[in-house]
Amino acid sequence: MSLFLCGLAVLFIGGLASLLSGRRPALSSFLGAGGAVVGSLLAILPALAVLAGGRTESLRANWSVPLGSFLVQIDPLSAVFLLPILGLSALAAIYGAEYLWPYRQEKNLGVPWFFYNLLVVGMALVVAARNGLLFLVAWEVMSLASFFLVTFEYERQMVRQAGNIYLVAMHIGTAFLIVFFVLLGAHAGSLDFDTIPAVPSSLAGALFLLAVVGFGTKAGFMPLHVWLPHAHPAAPSHVSAVMSGVMIKTGIYGLVRTVTLIGPPEAWWCWVLIAIGVVSGILGVLFALAQHDLKRLLAYHSVENIGIITMGLGLGLLGVHIHSPTLAVLGFAGGLFHVINHAIFKGLLFLGAGAVLHGSGTGHLDLLGGLVKRMPWTAAAFLVGSIAICGIPPLNGFVSEFLIYLGAFKNGIVGGLDAAIPAVIVIGSLALIGGLALACFTKAFGTVFLGHPRSIHGQQAHEVGWAMKAAMAVLAASCVLGGALSPLVVRSAQTVVGEITSLPADAVETELATASSTLTHFVVVALLLATIAVLCLLARRRLLSGRSVRQAVTWDCGYAAPDCRMQYTATSFAQPLTDLFGFLLHTHKEVHPPKGVFPPDSALETETADVCEKYLYQPAFEAIRWSLGWFRWLQHGRLQVYVLYIALTLWILLIWKLM
Amino acid sequence: MMTTLKLVHLVLAFVAAPLLLGIINRTKALFAGRRGQPLLQAYYDIWKLLRKGAVYSRSTSWLFAAGPWIGFAAVVAAATLVPFGGARAPIAFPGDFLVLIYLLGLSRFLLVLSALDTGSSFEGMGASREVTFSALSEPALLIALAAVAKYTGCMSLSDMVVATVPHLWLCAGPIVVLVGLALLIVFLSENCRIPVDDPNTHLELTMIHEVMVLDHSGPDFGIILYSAALKMWLLGQVLVGLVVPAHTGVLWVDTLAVLLSMALLAVLVGIIESSMARVRLLHVPQLLVGATTLSILAVVLVLR
Repeated sequence: MSLFLCGLAVLFIGGLASLLSGRRPALSSFLGAGGAVVGSLLAILPALAVLAGGRTESLRANWSVPLGSFLVQIDPLSAVFLLPILGLSALAAIYGAEYLWPYRQEKNLGVPWFFYNLLVVGMALVVAARNGLLFLVAWEVMSLASFFLVTFEYERQMVRQAGNIYLVAMHIGTAFLIVFFVLLGAHAGSLDFDTIPAVPSSLAGALFLLAVVGFGTKAGFMPLHVWLPHAHPAAPSHVSAVMSGVMIKTGIYGLVRTVTLIGPPEAWWCWVLIAIGVVSGILGVLFALAQHDLKRLLAYHSVENIGIITMGLGLGLLGVHIHSPTLAVLGFAGGLFHVINHAIFKGLLFLGAGAVLHGSGTGHLDLLGGLVKRMPWTAAAFLVGSIAICGIPPLNGFVSEFLIYLGAFKNGIVGGLDAAIPAVIVIGSLALIGGLALACFTKAFGTVFLGHPRSIHGQQAHEVGWAMKAAMAVLAASCVLGGALSPLVVRSAQTVVGEITSLPADAVETELATASSTLTHFVVVALLLATIAVLCLLARRRLLSGRSVRQAVTWDCGYAAPDCRMQYTATSFAQPLTDLFGFLLHTHKEVHPPKGVFPPDSALETETADVCEKYLYQPAFEAIRWSLGWFRWLQHGRLQVYVLYIALTLWILLIWKLM
Repeated sequence: MMTTLKLVHLVLAFVAAPLLLGIINRTKALFAGRRGQPLLQAYYDIWKLLRKGAVYSRSTSWLFAAGPWIGFAAVVAAATLVPFGGARAPIAFPGDFLVLIYLLGLSRFLLVLSALDTGSSFEGMGASREVTFSALSEPALLIALAAVAKYTGCMSLSDMVVATVPHLWLCAGPIVVLVGLALLIVFLSENCRIPVDDPNTHLELTMIHEVMVLDHSGPDFGIILYSAALKMWLLGQVLVGLVVPAHTGVLWVDTLAVLLSMALLAVLVGIIESSMARVRLLHVPQLLVGATTLSILAVVLVLR
């Protein structure tokens, strides 16, 4: 425990030192990134020890705040979340040192580093806090620090708007959490998590709904996700990686923790989670498909993956509810494994997108192309991330989806009707999501890295430096290892799954051992695949050696001067699917078709605004603004009248007190 | 003994796969009153291509050259998971059909990227259609397998096929028919046959699979043709295995029954191709959603 707090202290001091030395960019970067790396590595050790079977550690200190106590604890559930949080933060810090360097002339680099390290401290404290008040404080530190990181390039109007949306969304979420903790505290008489008595079912239901909204805003459940597609593209890329990879997972953590606190789940909780998972998963990937901006596309994919995780959790809860250890264990193990896997590949993809921005100057898909030749390392890393996120073997993304699938299939077989229906819904949704994700990432990778450059941005792109490459390489290797070592990883989930499901240890162990042996078979197939692939490539080399291998232009029906503008664009690639699902997407199209014998310029513009934002939040906020407009007569800028308001208020309060 | 048998079945798949194309083409020729190409034409084509040099587009990268070969490796790895008639696959475990489907997904992913690597608008078009239709056929396939998993009570493809006994047709006949129809539509769509795609079309604008591989040549193209044939064989095996109860216990009878069923499947594809036209691209999604509906209906019947 002391090591953990020590790590957090190093993180904080590193950030503070970086802020103080902001005038000297080299020193400031070194202190900030160095503090983040050393602090994270120190703090990750106790989490690893707990996961390796060590005992849960806790520390209680007095805190002179009503109902507050400084109670922190690392149990297996915290450790599962601490691992990606600290690991990805350390890697993103190394990457960030290079990524932020070009801004050194115009900005004080100490500021982003201070808030970055504060964000890491906040996230780590959120998952370790065991007191409601401490939790909320850490939650708020995390939200505010990330707000200042999102608004790093505050000169741009788009970034300021993203920051505002983010700030408002976070605080609406936090408002629900405050109500949540007040209700919980009123019931328990204390805000310490370890003293909460059994919760009656009506209160538990209310608490569950509050948690779904409060934590769901952070996690990005549809339709609470509207801040993600704004905030992720606006933030510097290493921050997007941390926010999308691990910060939104604190919402998932909160939800899982809530479920363990408020006791045995009811059937409708599972239905709520599965429904949220299905909606977020399918709509997330559909909206991603319609995007033109690489980072915005990735942001929508976070919504999709949160949906997959939530489906896993929903199935796990259902397993607890209907007393099916198989479903409970596979659902939670799959969901939690996907939390870690998503942190790895989404972190990698955001870092890759950042490298594209850094190297080419734009993230607009239809301005890029052909980067595989100019940025081979980034392209390879992004390819690995794309395969992983599509859930294709042999990488880690497949394994966690496989576990959720397996749970659904097994449950569909042995369970009754109440278990089989959600299982089939999950199977169908996962299949559709998988297919659509493949479409989305072939589009993203294909338009950014393959073909010809579509503009000067693509032509002048350059590869990034070693720090950025190293961070991406480690994450890409983790994607491979996550697939290859999956039997071991799944076995180590025993303590955490046992903690959440409160099933007997031997039942959990048996289930995980079965899953692990199934995954061993998968690893055999994966190794076979790798061997055959190598053999095939060698065969190809041998076949072609000594034969004529020529270069020519791409075949275009005999047209000999193909132009880069004749390529399929990202928009046209996704068009069949976006048209097919047009009833959900409401894509706005502006068409200027060619007219006449010698047509002048023609154009087609499409824009897919977020449906929830456009039809739900904008009208709601308009209505609030309109209703508040009635009070405008109170405010007209005359100082005397304001003084009168104050005096009147004081008088009224005085009279009230005297009565 | 068992291991040898499994390996023999695997080799049989590798050897016989291109024959399906020959049977389909012969059936079509028969319907059209032509003599048709030789039964072994696909073998000649692949053999000829493997012995040639290659021409690469200047806009392509290493992915274009490596994609078909790694994709082929994925199909070969998938082949080890597919049972042959009543015999179990060389590798069988709970959920192996998921690995099978997603391995074919890997092969598709790489082929689509190879197509996009050329920068050609035609190949982009084909790639775009391929991902669209495969995204819609995947739910049909997996929900159909969920129905099979429910009525056989098995989690692995090999067990499911072993559980497909003649008695099943008596007690769950309608479900088997629905699953069979859904799988047939998926089979036609995944292998780019009529009514989804016309492999014989000569206009780039209307093609799907063939247009994605326009720029491939020589051994690369040969391996693409062979992968496609092998993939057709594997999906055909899944379909036949789940519909035709071929277990008498006598080895050579079973093997012959499976081979005969595969030939009949090829003839059926030939008849479909001869008797109907390709549906409009805009209507293909309806067909695939129809397949998903059949699968869902099968699940409903199982759960009833």
